[in-house]
Amino acid sequence: MSRGRWLRRLWRSSTGRFGLIVVGVVAAVALVSVFWTPFSTRRTDVADRWALPGWPHLLGTDGTGRDILSLIMAGSKTAVLVAVGAGAIATVIGLALAALGALTARWIRESTAVLVDILIAFPVLLIAMMISAVWGGSLWVVIWSVGIGFGVNIARVTRPELRRVLHSDFVLAGRASGLTPAQNLWRHLLPNVAPVFIVQLSWGMAIAVLAEAGLSYLGFGAPVTEPSWGVLLAELQRQITVHPIAVVWLGLAITLTVLGLNLLGDSLRDATDPTLSRGRDPMAPPREAIRHVPGVRA
Amino acid sequence: MSLVVRDLVIDLDGRRVVDGVSFAVPDGARVGLIGESGSGKSLTALAVLGLLPQGAEASGSITWNGRELIGRPDRELARLRGDEIGIIFQEPRTALNPIRTVGRQIAESVRIHEGLGRRAAAARAVAEARRVFLPDPQRIVKRYPHELSGGQRQRVGIAIALACGPQLLIADEPTTALDVTIQAEILELLRGLVEESGMSLVFITHDLAVLSQIATDGVVLAQGRVVESAPVRDLLTQPRSTITQALLRDAKSTLWRTGGPS
Amino acid sequence: MTALIQATGLTRRHPLPKESLFERQRFATALEDADLTVGDGEAVGLIGESGSGKTTLVRLLLALDSPTSGSVSFDGRPVDARASARSLHWLRRATGIVFQDPYASLDPRMNIGRIVGEPLWALGIDGDRRARVREVLEWVGLEAEMTDRYPHEFSGGQRQRIALARAIVHRPRVLVGDEPLSALDVTVRAQILDLLRALRRDEGMTLVLVSHDIGVVRNLCDAVAVMKDGRIVESGATDRVLEHPEHDYTRHLLASIPVIDP
Repeated sequence: MSRGRWLRRLWRSSTGRFGLIVVGVVAAVALVSVFWTPFSTRRTDVADRWALPGWPHLLGTDGTGRDILSLIMAGSKTAVLVAVGAGAIATVIGLALAALGALTARWIRESTAVLVDILIAFPVLLIAMMISAVWGGSLWVVIWSVGIGFGVNIARVTRPELRRVLHSDFVLAGRASGLTPAQNLWRHLLPNVAPVFIVQLSWGMAIAVLAEAGLSYLGFGAPVTEPSWGVLLAELQRQITVHPIAVVWLGLAITLTVLGLNLLGDSLRDATDPTLSRGRDPMAPPREAIRHVPGVRA
Repeated sequence: MSLVVRDLVIDLDGRRVVDGVSFAVPDGARVGLIGESGSGKSLTALAVLGLLPQGAEASGSITWNGRELIGRPDRELARLRGDEIGIIFQEPRTALNPIRTVGRQIAESVRIHEGLGRRAAAARAVAEARRVFLPDPQRIVKRYPHELSGGQRQRVGIAIALACGPQLLIADEPTTALDVTIQAEILELLRGLVEESGMSLVFITHDLAVLSQIATDGVVLAQGRVVESAPVRDLLTQPRSTITQALLRDAKSTLWRTGGPS
Repeated sequence: MTALIQATGLTRRHPLPKESLFERQRFATALEDADLTVGDGEAVGLIGESGSGKTTLVRLLLALDSPTSGSVSFDGRPVDARASARSLHWLRRATGIVFQDPYASLDPRMNIGRIVGEPLWALGIDGDRRARVREVLEWVGLEAEMTDRYPHEFSGGQRQRIALARAIVHRPRVLVGDEPLSALDVTVRAQILDLLRALRRDEGMTLVLVSHDIGVVRNLCDAVAVMKDGRIVESGATDRVLEHPEHDYTRHLLASIPVIDP
């Protein structure tokens, strides 16, 4: 698609706009929180414990007087790190496995398919828990286990797409036009596999955020010293009978992030699809535009 | 006993795809619906049996033996399907259930409409397979669709359609997806079966030559309307509508000979 | 007439998946010992039904597939399908192909300007590429302003024109058509046929046409080869083969064609 065209289309769709804004805000907040949060996350305002939303604590405080807003902002760093990290790992592993499973010699393809099938059988979160039980929990355990787990999923979905496109006539036509395999891959294969891949990736990133929250909540993920949403969730949840509103804000943050990622992925896939453009009535056949053709009867 | 379609209108997702089509199929007649893709010929046939896709609405009148079919609940139309009106589809590959044997699919129709038990129906399936000249009927009924050739699958489709002895057979481009030699065999089979049983036939196609081989009367459709309706002989020798003339002219330009077989 | 394409003893076998590790490797034979000569400026038709090997043969001629045995030479140069894409550029410059399915042969995510211009880009051809793309689009009967549009905005017939434009944009010597008309409506077929005729007449283009429609081949080709089950059973001048077929299969094939019989 022409440069920037997809961005405009993304903006025009309501889900796309929502996703873009949410993800943009989370990313911006994460970046900002590296340098500044309204209050230090370690500062305890004992006099103002369990404060309701207001001034100066916009979202209130928790049981030890820490500012909820600052805590959530700090946690967004972790969420972004996990989403991007797991996403990057999943992309590399997923595309590599898909390529091995579709573009190579028969025995490599079949072995890869078997490998992927085996790996898929492993429940990602369980593995993450086991690893952290042995080596101690850390963010990297979360990132790697979600990255690998989702990478395998991406491979499983992308491989058949890759094979389908590989055997299509337009790829053959590319060869007949003189394209090298690498050129064919870049011009035809990847763009046609992209839609499926984009959706899977956005799903994976959303799951990564959730997984981090869940694992850290259970104690298998980020250590208690990190200001991750999962750790925060565990702490605030203990205070739920006294001050439920704190948890609600956090839950909202997590939910919106996950939703935003998903919707962004879906809308991005639609925005980059040329067949959904120009508001044309899909049922109406285009009028044959015939001009004077040499040798053809009018 | 006959089928009368009067002022049939079909709207698909808000667009009018069939716009006032009328024709009649008297007892024992062989009527061909001919037109290009998008002319509405398939939808017209599907409307008779209430098999229109989601989002399609039919209005007008379709009467079968005097009874109005449009607006009938699906339950009642289901009783007609297979029993009084049979239908054959275009794609032999997708019209059959891939996970059931061919014999069971033929038998299913008989079991539903005639209430035969499993063993009787299985025997009947073999008989029907023989009727459509499938090779080695006893063995072939135990096969799955993917084990058969395209022509054989279409014969199975015909067997299923005719198993309960319907009075009317609707054939929706049954030979379009087949090789020309197989097409010739299937057309011959259909001609024979239709003549032998005296049933009426509605044959849909885009190929005038195929039409001339099997139908006695032709209805030419274009963009959802009937542009000409006449005995096939007249359509071929004195086409009145420009559409028919165009179809004839283009069929002739790609055909390499006209006239009887050498 | 100098032979532009010469194929000798072409055989293509595919290994069948083995049921068990210890059984002998079995093969499916798509093409067996085929010889073909195409003269410069000649139009050759390959007729046959599905499974006859005509598509396989044509892909072997264009180095889109490599033979199990046998050889192909183009303008005296041997063709090695296993060579790298760049080392085959000389062949790609001289040939163009149009496929059967207009809905599958154009990349849905590229606009037609890029699609049609792809051979120019891939082969590194100098000159004003955009102008050439516009020129060839106009020649096939589309408007030059349409370069920004995507394939899904065009009908089947228009897409085949786009595919044809892509096949000739780099001024090849040989145009290969793998059933280019089969998926089109009858009226549209005639228009594409006219374009092919114009190519032969005005550019002296050599043509290799695969078709199951004998009428098309008759209209366009000087010589014809009849194929069945991977073998060429008969070949010769079109008029001779179609009027006085020598092989049984050819006769059977010709007799199966439905004729307009009023």
